[in-house]
Amino acid sequence: MSRPVVILAGFAALGAISLALGLAAGSVRLPVSDIAAALMGHAPGPVGDIVLRVRLPRVLAGFACGGLLALAGALLQVLLRNPLADPYVLGISGGAGLGLLAATSLGLGYAASQAAGMVGALTAVLIVFGLSFGAADWNLYRLLLTGVVFSAGCGALISLILLLAPETAVKGMLFWLLGDLSDATSAHWAWLALMVLGTLSVLGSGTLNVLGLGRSKAASLGVPVRAAEVAIYIVASAATVAAVTLAGPVGFVGLIVPHLVRLLGVTDYRWLIPSAMLAGGALLSLADTGARSVWAPLQIPVGALTALLGVPVLFLLLAGRR
Amino acid sequence: MRLSADALTLGFPGRTLCRGLSFAIAPGQCWAVLGNNGSGKTTLMHALAGIRKPVAGTVHADDAPLARLGAAARAQRIGLLLQEEPTEFWGSVLDYVVLGRYPHRRSMLGREPEAERLARGHLERMDLGALAGRSLATLSGGERQRARLALVLTQDPVVYLLDEPLQHLDLRHQLQTLDCFTALAQTARRAVVMVLHDPSVARRRCDHAVLLYDAESPLAGPAERVLTSDNLERLYGVPLPL
Repeated sequence: MSRPVVILAGFAALGAISLALGLAAGSVRLPVSDIAAALMGHAPGPVGDIVLRVRLPRVLAGFACGGLLALAGALLQVLLRNPLADPYVLGISGGAGLGLLAATSLGLGYAASQAAGMVGALTAVLIVFGLSFGAADWNLYRLLLTGVVFSAGCGALISLILLLAPETAVKGMLFWLLGDLSDATSAHWAWLALMVLGTLSVLGSGTLNVLGLGRSKAASLGVPVRAAEVAIYIVASAATVAAVTLAGPVGFVGLIVPHLVRLLGVTDYRWLIPSAMLAGGALLSLADTGARSVWAPLQIPVGALTALLGVPVLFLLLAGRR
Repeated sequence: MRLSADALTLGFPGRTLCRGLSFAIAPGQCWAVLGNNGSGKTTLMHALAGIRKPVAGTVHADDAPLARLGAAARAQRIGLLLQEEPTEFWGSVLDYVVLGRYPHRRSMLGREPEAERLARGHLERMDLGALAGRSLATLSGGERQRARLALVLTQDPVVYLLDEPLQHLDLRHQLQTLDCFTALAQTARRAVVMVLHDPSVARRRCDHAVLLYDAESPLAGPAERVLTSDNLERLYGVPLPL
């Protein structure tokens, strides 16, 4: 078997393990047989409820969110030809955070705040897209600069809201800003997004490989460069919006997972995209299982743990390549 | 396929590089493009490849405007070796060269065995067979240039547009590269256009030439008429002992 196949299979196995661990971990200890019975629909009562209504939705939400962030990161690193690009560099998390926190500080309820976060994220996509792609002298630096400046503006307003908000509300806001899955009860939309956007990206992965050669070379090899770049922007933005509205701006997964896959020797996007999605999903669901069980009953936001897990893994890989 | 430039004006906003350039490249011909730095050689190559719009005039592929040809159909017929490419590429030399088959791919996903076979063959031809599995980023400047030439060969177009194909190459590989492309023109009826800096190479290897002057109208046509000592001395502004 070739190396990319082995790596992909490895991440698929890791993904399955991460889902199983997520179902097994929690304040109530459940034997594997009970978990399996619950998944098959043969465990009525509290066991079925714990597995199917509490743990399964959360672990699926974490997996989908991690997969979406890794996908968005991989795409934006090609689009911006910048290895430091992450899903938030184009202002989507800033827009979502600003919308959500503004709504919360105005006293709106949970659902309305979530909706405001979604509106903020979509507004960010439209503003950055309009200001950069709309210009006649369009280029990638303009896109990157617009996104970075927009993020900085949102960051300043978010800081102001945090300073002015009542103290009791600030902790919840900080949880959201770090990235937190404790409110993620339904991941249907995120999984739909993961499947659709992942499939589109894999289908376009041959073109992503060629775009990695730069715009002129890609154009000379027959890539309709501008249309391809718009498509990548839309897919990456949709993935980021879906992830951020589910869990807040969980850091690190989108930046680090594509590099992790590359450092393992998978550089062809036909393999890198699905490997990164599986690795991102596994990393985030493992981190979330840790976040809710290591310091139980205290729960910490998963965003804090993704970095704690991701940094040493990447350092080890970098050290191994010297 | 006949690739022709009809009354091309090339340049950027605020700077015109050349005006009223017309010539036609037929199968089997080998063209040299000569001119000083900044005279528009690269801009001309990009316009001929259809990746840059001329300020005025049209590039035709046979009788139809090149712009009317779809992107993939254009790339199946015209290959462009760029003078500069971004240096970061994550994959191996073979991964890189196989990308030359992109315009010919039959499925969206698979890497066809035929593509890999062609790529390996052209890597051998460029003396890079032993380095196929190495990371492209570890190659020297000259090896990288040969990998880029191997990619264009793998693309297998009918018109080769080569912007400074000999840069970074040692003498042996310069001669080998010239032999390779002149043979493609003579035996496989491919058209070859090369941006060169050495007029004696142009005289020995090319049957046609374009001279891009800084201050006067460009010249294009058969080598014996265009590549005269007088024309070349006016082009470079130095005496040439040819």
